[in-house]
Amino acid sequence: MADNILEMRQITKTFPGVKALDNVCLEVVRGEIHALVGENGAGKSTLMNVLSGIYPYGSYEGDIVYNGEVCQFHTIKDSEHKGIVIIHQELALVPYMTIAENMFLGNERGGKQIINWNETNELAKKYLEMVGLKESPQTLIKDIGVGKQQLVEIAKALAKNAKLLILDEPTSSLNEEDSKALLELLLKFKANGMTSIIISHKLNEVSYVADKITVIRDGCSIESLDKTVDDFSEGRIIKGMVGREISDRFPKRDSQIGDIKMEVKDWTVYHPLYTERKVVDNVNINVRKGEIVGISGLMGAGRTELAMSLFGKSYGDRISGHIFIDGKEVKLDSVKSAIGHGLAYVTEDRKGNGLILSNPIKINTTLANLDGVSNKAGVINKYEEYNVATEYRGKLNIKCPTVEQNVGNLSGGNQQKVLLAKWMYTDPDILILDEPTRGIDVGAKYEIYCIMNDLVAQGKSVIMISSEMPEILGMCDRIYVMNEGKMVAELKGSEASQEIIMSHIIKTA
Amino acid sequence: MDKTKILDLVKKYTMIIVLILVLGFFAIRTGGAILLPMNVSNLISQNAYVFVLATGMLLCILTGGNIDLSVGSVVCFTGAVGAILMTKYNAPFIVTVLAMFAIGILIGAFQAFWIAYVRIPPFIVTLAGMLIFRGLSNVVLDGLTISIKDYTTFVNVFGGGANCYIPDVFGNNSLNITCLVAGAVATAIFVFLQFKGRVSKLKKHYEVEKASFFWAKTVIISLVILAFTFRLSQHKGIPTVLIWVLIVVLVYGFITSNTKTGRYFYAVGGNEKATKLSGISTNKVYFLAYTNMGLLSALAGMITIARLTSAQPTYGQNYEMDAIGSCFIGGASAYGGIGTVPGVIIGAVLMGIINLGMSLMSVDANWQKVVKGLVLLAAVIFDVVSKRGGKMISKD
Repeated sequence: MADNILEMRQITKTFPGVKALDNVCLEVVRGEIHALVGENGAGKSTLMNVLSGIYPYGSYEGDIVYNGEVCQFHTIKDSEHKGIVIIHQELALVPYMTIAENMFLGNERGGKQIINWNETNELAKKYLEMVGLKESPQTLIKDIGVGKQQLVEIAKALAKNAKLLILDEPTSSLNEEDSKALLELLLKFKANGMTSIIISHKLNEVSYVADKITVIRDGCSIESLDKTVDDFSEGRIIKGMVGREISDRFPKRDSQIGDIKMEVKDWTVYHPLYTERKVVDNVNINVRKGEIVGISGLMGAGRTELAMSLFGKSYGDRISGHIFIDGKEVKLDSVKSAIGHGLAYVTEDRKGNGLILSNPIKINTTLANLDGVSNKAGVINKYEEYNVATEYRGKLNIKCPTVEQNVGNLSGGNQQKVLLAKWMYTDPDILILDEPTRGIDVGAKYEIYCIMNDLVAQGKSVIMISSEMPEILGMCDRIYVMNEGKMVAELKGSEASQEIIMSHIIKTA
Repeated sequence: MDKTKILDLVKKYTMIIVLILVLGFFAIRTGGAILLPMNVSNLISQNAYVFVLATGMLLCILTGGNIDLSVGSVVCFTGAVGAILMTKYNAPFIVTVLAMFAIGILIGAFQAFWIAYVRIPPFIVTLAGMLIFRGLSNVVLDGLTISIKDYTTFVNVFGGGANCYIPDVFGNNSLNITCLVAGAVATAIFVFLQFKGRVSKLKKHYEVEKASFFWAKTVIISLVILAFTFRLSQHKGIPTVLIWVLIVVLVYGFITSNTKTGRYFYAVGGNEKATKLSGISTNKVYFLAYTNMGLLSALAGMITIARLTSAQPTYGQNYEMDAIGSCFIGGASAYGGIGTVPGVIIGAVLMGIINLGMSLMSVDANWQKVVKGLVLLAAVIFDVVSKRGGKMISKD
């Protein structure tokens, strides 16, 4: 009999109208790393919310057995008290507080009211050492990068005396290097007897780090795989997740590459706050008609900054350089002029910078090109607007009852499609797609790739920024590698590999 | 109809249902006095400034829950300048009106510049404006009351004095025929537009409301318009100020729901960064919202001095609160991006009915404030809680 630290037995959780979890079972053995995988909306986060008491006892059916006893968690405090600590995908740190203050937020050291700062900082130092973060506990959160912030979150969990650590998409906003470090840290914890549950979309990481994998699909637990027995390949896991084998994750296309559409020369951008820092340093790139060009690089390499500075100077200070479209130099000083010259920038942050979540699909679809549905006096033809939105809903296979539905109620993949629809409706010649498949499930990814292929088949040019190397390798005709603001390599798609790209980054680091 | 559909309907028309209940309550408690022709007419004249200011305030609130605290002072200041122009400088009607609008726009643009382009928080800028223009009103008026009783054109056109009604072209009857005809025409236009919209939607195979629902809605609204104009016709006819209110409501209702400019207000309040990255100048949107607030404050200034036939340094106090209150009661979101002109008007009417009803019941003025405060709080609580799916307490 295995020593189970946790058993979740036949958990059923219903929301009004939907069964989010249906008889889900999960068994976690003490001291292992257990991965929970499944497509978006499969119910992974719901399951973890049940476990941590966010959905309190009584609001679900089934039992949670922790350390051999049936538990009834009414709040997060109850589960944390037992040593179950969850780290959410969106980091929950206060930017203008120090690392130490954040670590003990809600768990303050000292008396009932008075905080003992010496003890706080001492303890903070100890836990920071455990996660291998070399920062003073007095540093403000806003001054450290996302990777380090993630480590602070983990240190914070340790400070709560965690026995069972749950990490929801811990590497989704980390670059390759930081992700690797984080996974190594988890393995180190495991060696010290810690049990972890990790939720992730990145299957290569899952198969590297996990001892067991539980696959959840449509609110049901489908299967549990054991590293010692089962095949842990990505293909095998995907098969469980989607219920079918995706033989080809990237749709094929016949590239019809034409003349140079856009060329950027000597492009330099300084940081808007730290005005001495070059974020983009003397970059030269070009993209041809009918071509998908990838920009690969680590988080913080300056890729988003490059894209946004090109797109009507939406980012940065003291921007210099030249942009040529169809061989003629153009000045793109505002977003409006960039759109006017046929550029579109599909942001990496669809909720923050892309969509108006409280508005319907149709309003989001036309926002960047309201001229298309209004007359000269600026009066919007709402029928036309409805038609346009419905047309794009069909074209991009956006799953929704009507285009009157609020975007906030859609899944991540469908939101991404609405964002794409918005920019396709501006009829651009050059699309800059920034992390177009971040946080969306395998099926939706494939659809987005197909849309990209359609776009280049129409002779449009696509620049894709992505942190997922398989995607860059699978989709791009040509790949630029960017590091610390500089373009460090240009590779042909057919010649590139993960190893080659990484070696270029490391060489210049 | 099943239960969820009825619930949705109740949610959509909450404020209208509340309005009917409140009206019913006061009708019973005042023995029907609140429905007397004179009181219906007074409801419009007394609250005209609220309708105008609340419409302007909605645009500010849409941009992200931003409010304008200066409107009361600006109303007072433009009114003071107008009164001085007429009495001291003998300025003709047209010159006075244009000058007042110009001053309103300038004041609006002055505040809007700091808010939109320098990005000083609106709360601060308009708090400063509130002090500045209250002070300047005192300076301009020298602390005195100036009567404009004798400037009848101005007073009548903006709805003050005894003759502030549209004259009856059909002679002097006990019923004002012009008013009845206007009501009938308005109803006809309304029904025609409703039908036209439905037919063209059906032709293009768009979603339409159920026929029964459409009929019920059209008939009820038509009856309300007819009953309302009938009441007015029993008491001297259409107050001139109603024309101003209608112009403001129709123009701004159209702008907010049917134009690009209107759409921008909602977009900025919904997600400012996304709006910027869609090639829309968000600075301009803020500038427009607050400049327009100045324009409408000037109109409210005209209405105020006309109704009171004088200008005084204390006029317009708490007007901003009436306007803000109407917006939130009428369903505008305190975070911006949500709210409609018709909603805000319903909010203002509700406030007006509560005021009038309590006055008729001779409730003490201080208690009236207490009740209004509670209504505002209740309206926003209801809005927030219903959006949270009926859960009263926000989760920790």
